[in-house]
Amino acid sequence: MKKEHSLNDVQPGQKAVIKELRTDGSIHRRLLDIGLVKGTQVECVGKSPGGDPHAFLVRGAVIAIRSDDLRRILIQMPEGA
Amino acid sequence: MSREKMIAIAGNPNVGKSTVFNSLTNMHQHTGNWPGKTVANAVGYCSTREYSYQLVDIPGTYSLMAHSAEEEVARDFICFGDAQAVVIVCDATCLERNLNLVIQTMEITDRVIVCINLMDEAEKKGIHVRLDVLSSELGVPVVGMIARDKKGLDELLKELDQMMHEIDGEVRAADVESLECKRNQSFQVIYPNVLEEAISILEPAVGETLGRLNSRWLALKLLDYDDTLGEQVKNYFGKDICSIPSVKECLDRARKKLTDAGLDQTYLEEEIVSSVMQTAEKISSKAVVCTKKRPDLKDRKIDQILTGRVLGYPIMAILLMGILWLTIVGANYPSQMLSKLFFQIQNQLTRFFQYMGAPPWLHGMLVLGIYRVLAWVISVMLPPMAIFFPLFTLLEDAGYLPRIAYNLDKPFKKCCACGKQALTMAMGFGCNAVGVTGCRIIDSPRERLIAILTNCFVPCNGRFPTLIAIITMFFIGTQSGGISSLLSAFILTLVILLGIGMTFLVSWALSKTVLKGVPSSFTLELPPYRRPQIGKVIVRSVFDRTLFVLGRAVMAAAPAGLIIWTAANIFIGNQSLLNHCATMLDPAAKLFGLDGVILIAFILGLPANEIVIPIIIMAYMSQGSIMELGNLSEMKLLFVNHGWTWVTAACTMLFSLMHWPCSTTLLTIKKETGSWRWTAAALMIPTVAGLLLCFGVAQTARIVMGG
Repeated sequence: MKKEHSLNDVQPGQKAVIKELRTDGSIHRRLLDIGLVKGTQVECVGKSPGGDPHAFLVRGAVIAIRSDDLRRILIQMPEGA
Repeated sequence: MSREKMIAIAGNPNVGKSTVFNSLTNMHQHTGNWPGKTVANAVGYCSTREYSYQLVDIPGTYSLMAHSAEEEVARDFICFGDAQAVVIVCDATCLERNLNLVIQTMEITDRVIVCINLMDEAEKKGIHVRLDVLSSELGVPVVGMIARDKKGLDELLKELDQMMHEIDGEVRAADVESLECKRNQSFQVIYPNVLEEAISILEPAVGETLGRLNSRWLALKLLDYDDTLGEQVKNYFGKDICSIPSVKECLDRARKKLTDAGLDQTYLEEEIVSSVMQTAEKISSKAVVCTKKRPDLKDRKIDQILTGRVLGYPIMAILLMGILWLTIVGANYPSQMLSKLFFQIQNQLTRFFQYMGAPPWLHGMLVLGIYRVLAWVISVMLPPMAIFFPLFTLLEDAGYLPRIAYNLDKPFKKCCACGKQALTMAMGFGCNAVGVTGCRIIDSPRERLIAILTNCFVPCNGRFPTLIAIITMFFIGTQSGGISSLLSAFILTLVILLGIGMTFLVSWALSKTVLKGVPSSFTLELPPYRRPQIGKVIVRSVFDRTLFVLGRAVMAAAPAGLIIWTAANIFIGNQSLLNHCATMLDPAAKLFGLDGVILIAFILGLPANEIVIPIIIMAYMSQGSIMELGNLSEMKLLFVNHGWTWVTAACTMLFSLMHWPCSTTLLTIKKETGSWRWTAAALMIPTVAGLLLCFGVAQTARIVMGG
């Protein structure tokens, strides 16, 4: 696994485990608040018709996050990818 | 004897907090199925046999880390707000995430009652919450609830009474202050070893100086570089605890320990959040039994359609048009009935005045002035509002609105704005003032300002009837029928789409000029779909929204009717005062495809857009025409006799869509932005846009049609 995978690479239906947050400022704290910490398993449940943002199932709630932020959330390889 | 106790009602956004609050207090604060509905502390009262409670509905937050304005409000209220206890409303379908807030609150105080709402929905999804397990894990009372059906409210009040009993007992025994924290033995978040050691260095020093706040929590927050809390503590206790030598010395020592272990500010924060999350995860895994593999399957399937690549946008457009169509069709008949009724009453009134021998001017002022404008406003405004508001509230209740924001975020991002602006626009359909207040849900100040300044491009309910009436008169033909009503709905949809298009354009222009900036990051929660409670929605939206808005329109219409009638009947020379004004404005108005009367109507319509058309009618009528009130074909004849063409109609519609916001909205903008300059901008932007467009249309039409 050479390339670092981010949450932006996770396709609808795929699951992933959060490895590292490289976000900063208010969005960093916001992500922590919704429970997106290291080791959390999330699942991509869809993309907006425009392709951005993407929606993720995080700790039982569905949260939409924009691509720009997703790229800064590193993950372990998704299942079945 | 009842003793008043203050209780805070906290919870994550969109867990039915407001519903619980409303059910307990019998208040009608508006609720909606999307996060961020409650934007300010609301206060209500309820009482049991023993106590009377003052309930404070604090804004919904995910955490108490004080990262946003709402979180700071929530945290400060829990810490310093003199509440005797905190009721935390949780969503049973999503307990783990909700426990995060519960745990954070319990670090501050153990006077917590956890209220698990939406138990019915959870059961439907195969999620079973074991309340007894949860209660023993947390060490605080836990109440199951279905707030919409008022189930569990009595249990909650019983627990509150009991807790107040205990507090009163304690106070008498030891004279402890409210919310003074006795550490709950059964429950504590365990942090990583280094952090625990650092806390144990600092805690005793903090504990010595401040009795009221939980010392372990305060120590943790000091270590976590929480500056806003330091400020609040200073304000509240009148001393800066970090400047106390013993505290300062311990703080330095504890911080050094952390940095030695590699825990700088960022990592520390993550460690703290992780520990809380893990605790929540652990408790939730014990307390929640899930019988279905995918409890959210149904929601995801609906989302695949409503936010799907193919159907997402068309469904939005169809829903918009559908609502407008139902409004137009449904409002048509009751509108005619009402206007007939009001006209008959007017005749009776006239006869009564004649019988009493009242002077003509009195009859004119009261009947032809005030009564007639009121009658018009009610007969034309009420039916569409009574249909539109409930339909819209149904969508809101079902949880569709956040999907609109989700679908439209990409275009908003292109304009360097926030997708949540779509939510504020949706609120603007009801009332722009409400939409402007709703802009608080947007975190970035720049993006919030953009949303506030552009909110008026969405036509509010006060402007729908004007638009519908003009469309019906000039573009469809006045006989009602299936096809023609569909066509008017289609045209109205186009007008609204134009408004939405202008919103994007102006948002973009603002982002590139006075409000420069890049799109900020944001997260948007897509809540589960809920079956709306149709009966309740109708009753609530009619009473809370329709009558409220109508009431405001009536308040504006009555004096406006008086002024207009007077102005139309005071003659200077051979022309009425109104005509003088209209003649004066006429040349300018003609440039924009309007006429002087229309322009005056919009100016006098500042208090409420609803009265624009009645003013126009009255001004025209004072010049001699007689017509049956509310009959659109006669109204058209009146307008045409005064020189209206389809160009006038088009320009009046454009100007109705884009002109100065009503005075209520302007005052709200002033309140929200705190600046007269931005209020002036909010007035100028749509006005200039509207005038430009009208000018374009009028001049193009003149050239094309040769005169």
